[in-house]
Formats: sequence, C-alpha cells, structure tokens
Amino acid sequence: MGKTVAEKIFESHVVDRPAEDVWVLRLDAVLCHEITTPTAILDLMRLGKDRVFDPSRIKAVIDHVTPAKDSNTATQGKVLREWARRHHITDFFDIGRNGVCHVLFPEKGFIRPGYAVIMGDSHTCTDGAFGAFTPGVGTTDLAVGILKGVCAFRRPQTMKITLTGELPQGVFAKDVILSVIGRIGVGGATNRIIEFDGPVVQRMNMEARMTLCNMTVEAGGTCGICYADAMTADYLWEHIRGEYPDKAAAAADFRKWWPDPDAVYEETIVYDVSGLAPVTTFGQKPDNVRPVREMEGTPIDQVFIGSCTNGRMDDLRSAARVLTGRKIHPRVRGIVCPATTKIFSQALEEGLIRVFTDAGFCVTNPTCGPCLGMSTGVLAEGEVCASTSNRNFNGRMGRGGMVHLMSPATAAASAIAGHITNSELYQASRIAKDK
Amino acid sequence: MKNFGGRVLFLDRADINTDEIIPAKYLTEIAREALKPYLLESLNLAGFDPKRDIPGKQVVISRANFGCGSSREHAPWALEVNGIRLVIAESFARIFRQNMFNCGLLVVELPRDTIARLFTDDARGEMFATADVARGVIQIRAGAKAEEIPFALSDFDRQLVEAGGWLEYADARY
Repeated sequence: MGKTVAEKIFESHVVDRPAEDVWVLRLDAVLCHEITTPTAILDLMRLGKDRVFDPSRIKAVIDHVTPAKDSNTATQGKVLREWARRHHITDFFDIGRNGVCHVLFPEKGFIRPGYAVIMGDSHTCTDGAFGAFTPGVGTTDLAVGILKGVCAFRRPQTMKITLTGELPQGVFAKDVILSVIGRIGVGGATNRIIEFDGPVVQRMNMEARMTLCNMTVEAGGTCGICYADAMTADYLWEHIRGEYPDKAAAAADFRKWWPDPDAVYEETIVYDVSGLAPVTTFGQKPDNVRPVREMEGTPIDQVFIGSCTNGRMDDLRSAARVLTGRKIHPRVRGIVCPATTKIFSQALEEGLIRVFTDAGFCVTNPTCGPCLGMSTGVLAEGEVCASTSNRNFNGRMGRGGMVHLMSPATAAASAIAGHITNSELYQASRIAKDK
Repeated sequence: MKNFGGRVLFLDRADINTDEIIPAKYLTEIAREALKPYLLESLNLAGFDPKRDIPGKQVVISRANFGCGSSREHAPWALEVNGIRLVIAESFARIFRQNMFNCGLLVVELPRDTIARLFTDDARGEMFATADVARGVIQIRAGAKAEEIPFALSDFDRQLVEAGGWLEYADARY
C-alpha cells in the first residue's frame, strides 16, 4: 500500500511505538518563542532537568512582544535569552535580528523537506509548505522536545485537496485557504494533515504556499503539506548549495518526500479556483467566509497588514500596488508589520515602506503583536479591523473588537475606502493609469 | 493520578476556542496560578458569566471541537487552577486534547446524542460527573437520577493520566 508524505516522514523518524496508535518521532528541529517556552524552561529547571537534547537543533526567537512592553514580557524575554546563552543555542534571534517565527525560521533555511519539526505555536503548520511534518504543540510537548528531541503523535491521517484552474486577477492564496476553510469548516481537518496538490499549488511560490499551509489549523488540521519541488529548491538554495551540485538535483532528491501514487487518503477534494472571487470573514469563526462584495461597505477603524499568514514580501508588494499614489481614509488607522528584519530591509530597498508611509500607514518593526492583541494595535470595544492575519475569534485583537480576515490587496483597498471593499476597483484604475 | 469529578459547568456551544478559554493578553504570565481569574473571560455565550458560573465547578461538558485554535497550554492550565480537571465533549481539537493528557488531565469524548441528553438532564443545574479511569465509566448524578456512561480511553492516554503527564512519562522512558 502506498504512503502519504506524513506516513513517509513518520516511518523515517519513528523511535518508539509505546501503543498501537502512538508514534514517538525523532525531531529534526525544536522551535521556540518567548511566550510558550519560558514556562517549559522553568518547569525543566524546577525538575532539575535544565538540559537540551542538541543545541544545534533548537532555534529560538523573541517575536510576540518585541520590544518588551512591560515587566512580564521583559521577564519572558530574559528567561529565553539566558537559557539560549546557557545552552549555547546559537540560532537565537533577538530584537533587531528577529521576525515572526513562522516566517523567520523558513527564511533561515531551518525547515527542509522530510523534516519533523515542532514548536509551541499552532501556526507551525505553516512550515509544511516545505514538504515537512510541522505540527504546533503545547508547552509540555515542547519541554519534552527540548529535553529529549522526541514527540508523540497518533497515526497520521491525511486528506488531499487538489487545486485546479487559474486564480483570477485579485485573488490570492489567502482567498483560496479562506474558501477551503469555509467549505470544510473549523473542524473539517481535525486530526488530519492536508496535502495541497494540483497545478495551482505547483505554480505558487513558497510565500503563497506558506499562506496556504498557515491556516490549515483554522480547519483543525495538524499541518499543511506541499510537495517539495524546484520552487522549494530555489527558495532554500543559499542554505543547501553545499549539499547538491545544482537546484535540479535538489528538486530531484526532494521527490523522495512525495506521496506514492497509490497513497491512501481519508478524503480527497478537487477544487477549481477559476471562479473564486476575493473573500473575507463575517463572524467570529474562520469558516464564516463570504465574498468581499457581500461585505462591501462594512465600516472599519483599523487595517492590519502583516502576521505569519501575510507579512512576507509578496504580501507587502500586492498591498503597495493598490496603495501607490493613494491615501488611506482619514478615519482608518493603518498598521503594516513586515514579518522579519530581512523583509523590512527588502521592502525599504524596493521603496514599499515609502509607499506605505505616504499612504498614511504606520510601519512597525517585525512582531506578532497586533494579530493576537498582545502588544500593538489592540482594538477597543466595538472597533473593527480589516486584517491579513488568521483568526477572527471573539476578542482576538482586543476585547469587544471585531476582525475581518482578508488578503493584503483587499485590506489595502479597504484602507483607502474606509470600509471593506474589493481591491479590483483600485487595481483596475491603476492599470488604466499605467497605460 | 489526579481526581476527575465534581459539579458540572455546561457550555452550550460548539467550537469554543482557546482564545475564549484564556485570551492572549494573559499569556504574558509565566506562573500558571496567575491565570485563575481570567478563565473563559472572552467566551462568546449568551447568559454566561464567568465570575458567577465557574466557582464550585470541577467538570466542563460542551459540544463539538472544544479547544480549537491556538496551541496555548494556558487553556488546560487555566482550567486546572480553577479546579477543573475533566472536560467532556463531542470532540476536541487535536492540540488541546493532547495538552490535557500531557498535563495528566482528562478529556472524554461522548456521542452527540449522549451529550445532548446530558444537557437536557441538567435542567435543574445540579449535575455531578465523576470519571472512573480504571473502569472507563463516567458516573452521572443529577437530582435523584444516577447513571454510568462508558467511555473509550486508549492505553497510551491512560498511561499519561496515570503518570501525571507526558514529561514524567517521557523522562522515565527516553
């Protein structure tokens, strides 16, 4: 019987089968940030087990609240920083060199095809875009990962979503994943991995694939997985050039992490995206999805462009394309948050930061802050945010606040209009102007 | 092994997420005990008042997909520091479910019809539920009514509950 990607990774990483349904896997990397890791560190210290299984396989970043906003968050940073120093964890990224973990760690080349990786953060599912098994876990799994380099999982069940057709103008990976979640529901992929396949995914670059995989947890999924190919080899090239004669050889090697043709799936969905229009959310669950045109005119107070879902270069470029030469609505507060220091610098070089500030956006340092109402951009009671992030839960960006999820282009267009609107309006006028 | 039982807090909604169980702004607390006053603060459920409804409860019964969203183990911790060590629901999100067992806490999945009946039986708001882990049954007491409902628990999950959590189990084994 053929195997799925996850089954191949499980079989190559298994170190113990303590029960019928349980696989204990050896981990290629354990990723850490300052919110969920300090408690694991303090637990290990209290138990007299302040050790790490392999400092070269542990990567850490301060990203959720940076710079620290108060004594508590300063302490969380301090615990992580001192721990990294104490255990000679050299891949530690502090302010000035940091970024949103799920964007930073792939950018550093830490996620490779066939890897098994955990992090104490649900959006670790993003990293499956590289053909890896990358579940988010809690603090106890993280503590055991740090100490022993292993983690336990139930048998991997996989569903396959094949994306066919052509993405229409103004429709992005974000619109695709939101509509997928709208179709299968917030529990539609629970205890499952989602393999994304088909010509649409093959054409997507790594940034778009990461957006796709990032929100699999919003359908309950363990992680998303895209098949590692030439696009993956190209993205990783600076980190893997010593291991392969050329990119084609790397891509060919990655094929061992593709599923077998006769792999068995729990469910298979074929989805033609050709007719898809830009979408947004309307309620407080990520599966409350409808076309932007049905939400047209919904007033907004704030626009947030950033996060592990949409804080990468292409996201900033597509927002800037809509914003160039325009001003955001005077009633709207605009926040752009490039996801990593490298992306910030690149955006500066390409003139995007200037486009944002000219339009009236505030550009912040890289941080997760606004997405979960932790540090910057918290909403007041009754306020509404058009956001490129991943969760519209009750109180997510501040108690009593409302969040509508959408693509960066739609968020930029909405910032100009002062209400939720379709980016096509602005893109059409831009094309006319360019002519 | 911990004790799993007591008076039931009914949360009548599906898809209750971990942001509702404990909002992100409290994740800046390193000590678990500090989470106590904020449990279910952001729960979107008509008529629910955490200050009034949580004290004195040791068990939660809810609908499908309980604990979806973030991986924060602060959700099980916030429950535990309030004395709630058992959650019974139709189904659970993967990470929340694992976090509960990893902490030596118990989640029990029961069929939709059974859950629906428990909601009805609780009409007077005085239901007690206790898990007997060794026998694999939930003992229910509501007024004069009493019953036993069997539940499935895998060997591995049982070992985690008995060991007091995954850290204890893994440290002894790997």
